[in-house]
Amino acid sequence: MIINVARKELKSMFASPMGWVILSLLMFAFGTYYLNGVNDYFAVMSGAMRPAERTGVTQFVGQMVYGFASFMVLFAVPLLSMRLISEERRSQTLPFLFSAPISLTEIVMGKFFGLVAFLGILVVFIGAMLCTLNIWADIDFGFILANSIGLLLMVASFSALGLYFSSLTQQPVVAAILTFVALFALMFLDRFFAGDPSNTLASLSLTRHFQSFSGGLIDTADIAYFGLFILTFLTLTVRRLDADRLRG
Amino acid sequence: MNNFTVEAIELTRLYGGREAVSNVSFTLSKGQVLGFLGPNGAGKSTTMKMLTGNLAPSNGSVKICGIDMMENPKEAKALIGYLPEMRPLYKELTVDEYLIIAARLHRVSSGNIKKAVEIAKERCGLGHMSKRLIENLSNGYQQRVGIAQAIIHNPMVVILDEPTVGLDPIQIRDIRALIREVGAERSVIISTHILPEVEMVCDHVQIIDKGKLVFNGAIDVLKKQRIGNKLMITMHNPPSAEAMLKIAGVTEVEVLPAGQMRVRFADGAAPAEAIVLAAVQSNWGLHQIAPDQTSLEDVFVQLTYQEQAVAEASIS
Repeated sequence: MIINVARKELKSMFASPMGWVILSLLMFAFGTYYLNGVNDYFAVMSGAMRPAERTGVTQFVGQMVYGFASFMVLFAVPLLSMRLISEERRSQTLPFLFSAPISLTEIVMGKFFGLVAFLGILVVFIGAMLCTLNIWADIDFGFILANSIGLLLMVASFSALGLYFSSLTQQPVVAAILTFVALFALMFLDRFFAGDPSNTLASLSLTRHFQSFSGGLIDTADIAYFGLFILTFLTLTVRRLDADRLRG
Repeated sequence: MNNFTVEAIELTRLYGGREAVSNVSFTLSKGQVLGFLGPNGAGKSTTMKMLTGNLAPSNGSVKICGIDMMENPKEAKALIGYLPEMRPLYKELTVDEYLIIAARLHRVSSGNIKKAVEIAKERCGLGHMSKRLIENLSNGYQQRVGIAQAIIHNPMVVILDEPTVGLDPIQIRDIRALIREVGAERSVIISTHILPEVEMVCDHVQIIDKGKLVFNGAIDVLKKQRIGNKLMITMHNPPSAEAMLKIAGVTEVEVLPAGQMRVRFADGAAPAEAIVLAAVQSNWGLHQIAPDQTSLEDVFVQLTYQEQAVAEASIS
């Protein structure tokens, strides 16, 4: 049943130009970064004489593309997640889902996985794009895998938060702005505590947990962080929708 | 074990202390069409939302074919097809896409989806609209899509909130025929404030006012109340009320302006003939005599008004 709701979401996203435009624009931006990265690699490496200054092409280009991607999704996810529930609330289509034989958890999970699957297309494409480096170089597939997992988890966390804010309001734009502000704050939380990196609040920052992935390290602590983050916001969304049913 | 398809037991819904629906109980069996009548804001839609599990009742319970809506919501919801007052249509999809999603969400097995969609489209007269975007359909066709969505999984109970709003007369006739057709083998609940529609389509009526059930019974009871033992007589030289009361069978006379009289008679009596005879003999100038039908509107107003009067009396 979760799959059916997710399929419905995907269908809605691809039924309007919105989904296609966002996908293609993002892919265009990532592609440009990738090409620039490859060009820069030769420019930088020809100047780097000492072996310690040299890095692999995967890491050089990969870090550039994934760093940019993790920043770009900050703008893309609120635009995509804003409609998930608020639009249904506004056009009064929620009863369609509520009166179908599916639980609230399934509805929320379905919407969440629908959006993650959509954004997953991006992650897969970026991965495939970087793998093309393998044609003329020997690349580090592990690095790309770790980054892809990291990006996917980050995107999923963004989506969960976006879904929650979307359930709070009837206005998609309000949901988008709230999501953006909240994500922005969470991304740069660690910057505020730059002088005191051991601060508890700093370790709530999303960027900090993405860092180990971007270095090619899959750390269970970070996976757990993202997992809990997603779980928290999905639970809050279910509770918010349940309040609709109880309070009306 | 009874075989009620819908059982509402003491449904109550509070909105911030105000009772939107209070203590509504009723049952519905297979093959019945129930009409839900009431003025605006009476609690019709709220009751329907509770029946379909869109709203949790503050008190009381709902059972669909014996399955409790609160305890087993998924199983109960699988037996219901619901069209809310605001059509829940995804306007960016085509009719086919939307109906396929509806079928899938309502647990139609993947092999039967295509057939179910075809049948629903045919029943609602949507065959030639398959590839059209819902957004571009007219109001009436959108309503049909809404109804198709509610019957696609062939549910035991179909609940339609004001299904004929915004339709043209021919579409209304089609939809009514469809409701009767579905109602023959399943249970249907419709809400409306078009009174003749209830008489045409429903075999059970419930009138709800200010959250309370003021009338619950077969349509025949309402009809009887409507036709009643009354005659409307128009005369050029109307006699006094006493003269009319002397005629056998007449129990009550109401004198109206312009030479009109409304005469009530006892059950079983048929005083029309005697009245005509007397009119000719006494030269009353009778030129019109007809059974007096209270309009359904009057019955409706009476019922809702009575309730109010009783309530006021109990307060004072």
